[in-house]
Amino acid sequence: MTGQTTPILEVDDISLRFGGVRALSNVSFNVNKGELFSIIGPNGAGKTSLLNCVSGRYSPQEGSIKFKGQEVTKMTPNHRAELGMGRTFQNLALFAHMSVLDNIMVGRHHLMKNNFLSGGIYWFGGAQKEELIHRREAEDIIDFLEISHIRKSVAGTLSYGLRKRVELARAVALRPDLILLDEPMAGMNLEEKEDMARYIVDLNEEWGMTVIMIEHDMGVVMDISERVMVLDFGKNIAEGLPHEIMSNDYVKRAYLGEEDDADENASDEVA
Amino acid sequence: MAGYNMMRCGEFRTTYEKDTTIFPTPMSKKFALLGVLLCVVAPLQFGEFSLVSPTILTLMIQIGYLSIGALGLNILVGFTGQISLGHAAFFGFGAFASAWMNNDFSIPVFFSIPLAGVLTMAIGMLFGMPAARIKGLYLAIATLASQFILEDFFARADWFTGGSAGALANPFELFGFQLSGDRSYYYVVLFYMIAMYILAANLMRSRDGRAFVAVRDHYLSAEVMGINLTWYRVLSFGISSFYAGIAGALFAHYLQYVSVESFNLFLSIQFIGMIIIGGLGSVMGSLMGTAFMVLLPEVMQGAAGMITSTDWGNIPAITEGINFMKEMVIGLAIVLFLIFEPDGLAHRWRMIKAYWKLYPFSY
Repeated sequence: MTGQTTPILEVDDISLRFGGVRALSNVSFNVNKGELFSIIGPNGAGKTSLLNCVSGRYSPQEGSIKFKGQEVTKMTPNHRAELGMGRTFQNLALFAHMSVLDNIMVGRHHLMKNNFLSGGIYWFGGAQKEELIHRREAEDIIDFLEISHIRKSVAGTLSYGLRKRVELARAVALRPDLILLDEPMAGMNLEEKEDMARYIVDLNEEWGMTVIMIEHDMGVVMDISERVMVLDFGKNIAEGLPHEIMSNDYVKRAYLGEEDDADENASDEVA
Repeated sequence: MAGYNMMRCGEFRTTYEKDTTIFPTPMSKKFALLGVLLCVVAPLQFGEFSLVSPTILTLMIQIGYLSIGALGLNILVGFTGQISLGHAAFFGFGAFASAWMNNDFSIPVFFSIPLAGVLTMAIGMLFGMPAARIKGLYLAIATLASQFILEDFFARADWFTGGSAGALANPFELFGFQLSGDRSYYYVVLFYMIAMYILAANLMRSRDGRAFVAVRDHYLSAEVMGINLTWYRVLSFGISSFYAGIAGALFAHYLQYVSVESFNLFLSIQFIGMIIIGGLGSVMGSLMGTAFMVLLPEVMQGAAGMITSTDWGNIPAITEGINFMKEMVIGLAIVLFLIFEPDGLAHRWRMIKAYWKLYPFSY
């Protein structure tokens, strides 16, 4: 992981339009294998749109996205998941009526083989054996994220912080090589944020997952990221090491809010 | 003392295997086995004495095959979150398909029933294609179209259905023995019902069942979790139609005559009523709802009989309107159900169990 610079994700010059609105204009960046990469930017900058392009929910009108060297721009989200891409959502997207355990087991979907035929004859087609193997895997993730006390609870009844954690567990269950986290710490208290930051660092360092994270908490972003990219008005305005980003004038103006006329300057750029 | 406990307040499982059983507690398993046992002995006759009257046996058979159809619809609507207003047409297709295969290709009824299920599954997946693109009310209308297309097909395809004359279906045969009486056919239906319910319960605790529920609860994140939305939506229609096809085939060989008119929109709506009353997304709820829908008119009939035998029976408005009133009360019962028991009978049953678990100390 150290020193290697093999890109796992190559985003090349993508543009995304919704009618007349340009959500992303000519965004390019690479994420290296094993990296913890953060994307920051003001609200409406296009961060989530960018993540949606990567995970396959939107498809950009221009440009290309390569994952593990493979062209995925036109690929469906479920196909990308099979290739090893997992994500969480900004607004919780758990399966609200399922138990936490079942939510996590859904994450194992692409790693399992039993289907409606072998699943129907549960005991005879090997489905039971497979289910139990994957159950064990799910329990490992439950242990890691410390949610064993709620494994049988219905996901929709949990508190916000726990739901965020279950959503992370579900994405981890995919065993992705690249995990996309959309504001994993939004709306959490300090303690929960610290826990979440620890999980993310562990996922990156011990589980070997490449992480792309959108986050507003600058403290966390600067502490744990290896590289940071700044988006504003759908454009990649800066990219680099955390301390470089912190000292970048444009970033200070556009995002960190150093000067009062930041918005005017930024809109001049777009016009 | 352990024997005293009807239901233990804690279940302590030591293996994952024990944690993934169909029945959550040993007690609920025993309860289900007891139910099966009761169903098995119900039609037995001891000389002059029989446990259930022929009328009740007929109703039980009816509940049996309709509950298979209802379970199929519940997989589609309750578990996958789709909607279908054409379930009766698939039920009818299964009925005609089994009779057709038996009459025209002399496939024994024993095989034609499951084959009818498979054939209906194929048709169901074909008509389920729109579900890949559309949802909600739009899908309801699209499936309504499949109801009318199939009904029209039944009326015109003489080679398949016998047209307006309908089709004759042979009685069930097993190793050359004809099982034509209600009593023996009851066991055929019971066998299918138990088998289909076990299949569904297993499906729901394995990969594809979870995928269905995931598609229902949040289809966008389901897709990100690697679930192929198109396939699972269409497959859900397929499995639902498979159940409808089996149910229809059982219906055909029970009545031994299939008429074109029996599979109208009203039956489709009734199926929806069954699963709403029973509980959307509950396997056993499908059976409870079917029993409710089949027995309610009978109870109403009894009540109507009681009213007409009193002095009120002479009032022309009542004698003429009693049948309409019966229908209205059924409708009212469904409305009241939706208001007071939106989660269905299955939910009520869970509440009763929870109550007994802690009885008499409910806090």
